[in-house]
Amino acid sequence: MLRDITIGQHFPGNSVVHRMDPRMKLLVTVLYIVVLFAASNPLGLALSIGLLALLYVAAKIPLKLITKSLKPIMPVVLFTAILNLFFITGQGQPLFHWWFLKIYEEGVRYAVLMAVRVLALIAGTSLLTYTTSPIVLTDAIERVLNPLAKLHLPVHELAMMMTIALRFIPTLIEETDKIMNAQKARGAQLDSGTLKQRIQALVPVLIPLFISAFRRADELAMAMECRCYRGGEGRTRLKVLHCGARDWLCLAVCLAAFAAVLSTRWIWQGIAL
Amino acid sequence: MAAIIETQHLTHIYGAGMPDATVALEDVSFSVEAGDFVGIIGSTGSGKSTLISHFNGLLKPTSGKVLVDGQDIWADPSQIRKFRFLVGMVMQYPEYQLFEETVYKDIAFGPKNMGLSEPEIDRRVHRAAEFCGLPIDYLNRSPFELSGGQKRRVAIAGVLAMEPRILVLDEPAAGLDPEGRDTILSQIRQYHKDTGTTVLLVSHSMEDIARYANRVLVMDQRRVAMYDEVEKVFARAPELLELGLSVPQVTKIFLKLREMGLDIATDVYTTPYAVKTVLKALEAKKEAAGC
Repeated sequence: MLRDITIGQHFPGNSVVHRMDPRMKLLVTVLYIVVLFAASNPLGLALSIGLLALLYVAAKIPLKLITKSLKPIMPVVLFTAILNLFFITGQGQPLFHWWFLKIYEEGVRYAVLMAVRVLALIAGTSLLTYTTSPIVLTDAIERVLNPLAKLHLPVHELAMMMTIALRFIPTLIEETDKIMNAQKARGAQLDSGTLKQRIQALVPVLIPLFISAFRRADELAMAMECRCYRGGEGRTRLKVLHCGARDWLCLAVCLAAFAAVLSTRWIWQGIAL
Repeated sequence: MAAIIETQHLTHIYGAGMPDATVALEDVSFSVEAGDFVGIIGSTGSGKSTLISHFNGLLKPTSGKVLVDGQDIWADPSQIRKFRFLVGMVMQYPEYQLFEETVYKDIAFGPKNMGLSEPEIDRRVHRAAEFCGLPIDYLNRSPFELSGGQKRRVAIAGVLAMEPRILVLDEPAAGLDPEGRDTILSQIRQYHKDTGTTVLLVSHSMEDIARYANRVLVMDQRRVAMYDEVEKVFARAPELLELGLSVPQVTKIFLKLREMGLDIATDVYTTPYAVKTVLKALEAKKEAAGC
């Protein structure tokens, strides 16, 4: 069950999307989020989803993976959609009226748009993590944030912490699995009982897990010290990020597409009027 | 004697139905008699750990059946805990599962889950600690201040305290020094002798298997390659070597001697028996020379 987590999982490949410079991808993803919110009319959303679908096809990410990563947040999305459905009040006659519940046409529109926007947002940011290995991604984040180092912000240290955290997620999941099995073998009931019993049943899993996490951290710190790790100052890289002509071209294409999506903001107003 | 553990066409596929499905066990059928000490060997990835995880229902077979004491353990999934108490499982590096404040409480975790009375739990904890060679005054110490070997003994005691009829151990001696290794394994053998518990021991050390087990199960490529008495399995040394496994070092020496043209038995797998065989061969030689 723990293996079903796909958010933030890397899906290796060799497509145009995979090979694009991670800093560019980061920038494009941020812009994509901005565009999603700036052009949240039906036309704009449809266009940006179409664009995303194109990118997914180019990256050769199977459809199954996307649905799998969207599944865990579906309840939250549905919940907010339902709230919006009932709490947005519009003009004119309500479509539906029962006791204190009223549904207006505007509420329906807003709920649908909102849900679609959140799903597109998650699918879009997932594309970034699917096509970029966590190590490269943190590297890119460090480079993008580099100017802040001038303000004495520990950018390198933050990036290093992020890299280590990401690196240890699979290890700790595996460890949790093992410990759960060991305690189940001693008769621990992890998947039945009341809420209180279940929380209590987690103690025998969490304590060994924490201890092992601390032990690993200690070992890692020791190993890093043994290799004379001293932090960011004057450190060179094994893989230097390189922005080529192709990356600039990709960026230009994406920017053009975003501009087109953004323009629907005014086009849609024209249509709606 | 009746079979205490039996698998019938047991197949396990990890992530069945997914694109990354991997077959870990294929059509495994074998049975263990009550009171046996079975050694399980096989190269890494041959399916040993997957196989033993089926005995107490930590994994559910994709197809096939696992019978413990003649009952299908998955006949009623809500009753699976009953079999977990019947089949005690010591995992690899079991010292990482310790969590209680004191050694006593940690050993008592299993019996407590069984719903036993306080005096019974107390009796079992003391008995298990004694079997594992833990001094009484250790019981009130924190398990985290013990050494690696002592922690491992606490963890094994935690399983023994459930007094299972079948004890499954996955490399209980991995990572211990030679002395700790011998102590733990001979304690397990002593426990086996004293209580008549059926023991299944996974190990990479052919010497250990030769010394302690009376039957050997050889896993290869997700299937059972051999399952027979110790001497019969080690007599098939060339096949074992082909599977990427080995035979005890003494056996290797005798095979080499045979290769060099010496007329000597090769079904030797423990040192005492090797001494006997060499003496016998020398005597035979003397006699031949005397004639």
